[in-house]
Amino acid sequence: MAHRRFLLGAWPWRSLGHLLGTALILLAMVPPVSLLCLPWAAEVSRLLSPFPLTFGTAVVWTAVGGVSLALGLPLLAVPLARLERRRLRLVDRRPVEDGRQRLSTSDLRTRFRVRYTESATWREVGYLLLLVVLGPLLCLVAGLVVLTPTMLLSSPFLVRAGEPPIAAVFTTVTTRGQALGCATLGLLLVPVSAYLLALLAGAHAAVARVLLHGGQEPLRAELVEVTRSRARLVDAFEAERRRIERDLHDGAQERLVSLTLRLGMARLDLPRDTPAYQNVSAAHDQAKQLMAELRELVRGIHPRVLTDRGLPAALGELADRCPVPVSVRADLPERMPAPVEATAYFVVSEALANVAKHSGADSVSITARREGGLLTVEVHDDGTGGADPDRGTGLTGLADRVAVIDGRMFLSSPAGGPTLLRVELPCDQNVRSA
Amino acid sequence: MLAEDGVLLREGLAGLLDRFGFSVVAAVGDAEALVDAVTGHEPDLLLTDIRMPPGLTDDGLRAAVGLRRANPALAVVALSQYVERGYAAELIDSGDGERVGYLLKDRVVDVEDFVATLRRVVAGGTVVDPEVVRQLLNHRRDPLARLSPREREVLALVAEGHSNAAIARTLVVSEAAVGKHVGNILAKLDLPPTEDTNRRVLAVLAYLRGSGAA
Repeated sequence: MAHRRFLLGAWPWRSLGHLLGTALILLAMVPPVSLLCLPWAAEVSRLLSPFPLTFGTAVVWTAVGGVSLALGLPLLAVPLARLERRRLRLVDRRPVEDGRQRLSTSDLRTRFRVRYTESATWREVGYLLLLVVLGPLLCLVAGLVVLTPTMLLSSPFLVRAGEPPIAAVFTTVTTRGQALGCATLGLLLVPVSAYLLALLAGAHAAVARVLLHGGQEPLRAELVEVTRSRARLVDAFEAERRRIERDLHDGAQERLVSLTLRLGMARLDLPRDTPAYQNVSAAHDQAKQLMAELRELVRGIHPRVLTDRGLPAALGELADRCPVPVSVRADLPERMPAPVEATAYFVVSEALANVAKHSGADSVSITARREGGLLTVEVHDDGTGGADPDRGTGLTGLADRVAVIDGRMFLSSPAGGPTLLRVELPCDQNVRSA
Repeated sequence: MLAEDGVLLREGLAGLLDRFGFSVVAAVGDAEALVDAVTGHEPDLLLTDIRMPPGLTDDGLRAAVGLRRANPALAVVALSQYVERGYAAELIDSGDGERVGYLLKDRVVDVEDFVATLRRVVAGGTVVDPEVVRQLLNHRRDPLARLSPREREVLALVAEGHSNAAIARTLVVSEAAVGKHVGNILAKLDLPPTEDTNRRVLAVLAYLRGSGAA
């Protein structure tokens, strides 16, 4: 509207078109809405009459009216909203989304259940009611805005000498001179009307957008779904890791140990200076190496000690393997849900790896304790600090892992140290899956 | 007497033991059968996997600890898939700490060393996997930090139950040098000097465990 070529462009006409459309829609909507209000209207009129209803009948009427409105209004509002969203494009170029869930089912019961419980539906009902109540006023004002300059402009053509004076809005015109004056005024009013029309249509469009545009809602629903599916994926992933670990442990590792053992025995029976001895010896060494590699691999997939002995023992083992001296205080009398244990374990594992790699720390302390439904694990080192989640993916990856089970991660690592990494993991599975 | 749930490995171990003149009186695949077999056969040595059916956690260890409480003379060597100091400690604490061994399963493939370990345990020795000692050393700072690298090596071998002579052979030094190292270690750790290999092992382990974390 602020554009200087506004008056020459299509916007005034678009606004006019929109307002005309509004008037037509209003005409179409008023009868059915009135019909739906009929029970209540009848009730009110009876209540005001000299023969009021009994209390019971009044209750029945109230209920009938409520139900007819609750069921009927969405049936009107939903198609109206669809139409209005299309019409909105006439005066509002921004995209407008219905805030509805996408339904793939054609099952009518499901569709109705979803539609009647969606907040989008009830915002559309709100729009319908607003339109029915305020629409007439809007149309009245718009009509005045259009008719005033039109009448003023047309007055020179209507006025005839000697005929009765004609009414031109706020005055009566009897002579040609007066008519020309009115026409001039009308001409001046045309741009004002154009702006007013655009203003009215714009106000209407703004209200319509607020009530009919629901881009946020499906996004939020999808976010919840994505969060859940991520948690499911991670659970499945974790289960798969365990399965692989178990298979490798019970299968490949066991066989390899036995194979290596037999190679070791075979070597004993061979004379030392034969090629066979050399070959078996080499095979034995390679098999031993493979055993070590496989053990490391299996450990990385899912540590057996965690499954068997729980978090405190597994943390102790991690501490033992860390080149930096680590003290562990794990006060956890009970086992926790497997995903919580696994997450805590991998957080500490990654944290210790970081400490060993970057911090230059002389000592690390790990504490793990459970308070209510929350497992808190802290890794504290006296290194140089300055750990930054933005550098490298390690810390971000940890935060991701923690977030999956609705946990939180805190990191305090000022330059110069010390560094404290703290994770809080909810370990009440009922709460989590709810 | 042999208990191991993996069939292949059980047969392999049985073959190995036969080959070195042990007679395997029973080879079983779960913890319950293990208890029955030991009670029935009264073997000199029980070689068992820690992780066994039915529970598939530490059933083998539980059974072995129970049996040793009932009969401290039973020699037990337990094989573990991973280092868990708790396992080693439980085992050593059952009975008087003699005739027990805790080894990583992977050690069995070094056939001769493994058999020598078994013989040491049967003879009344205490053997702890070098990895356990390494981790304990890794874990602690003072006063272990005062040990020289050579002394750490010697300490690991002491914990494995080797005599001074055996340590000297392994490190290719004189027995007198080993004796000096051992003396230094014991002094640095404030342990009473002793020539008895077993008591030495126990003292060292008790020290490491008692002051270790977790």
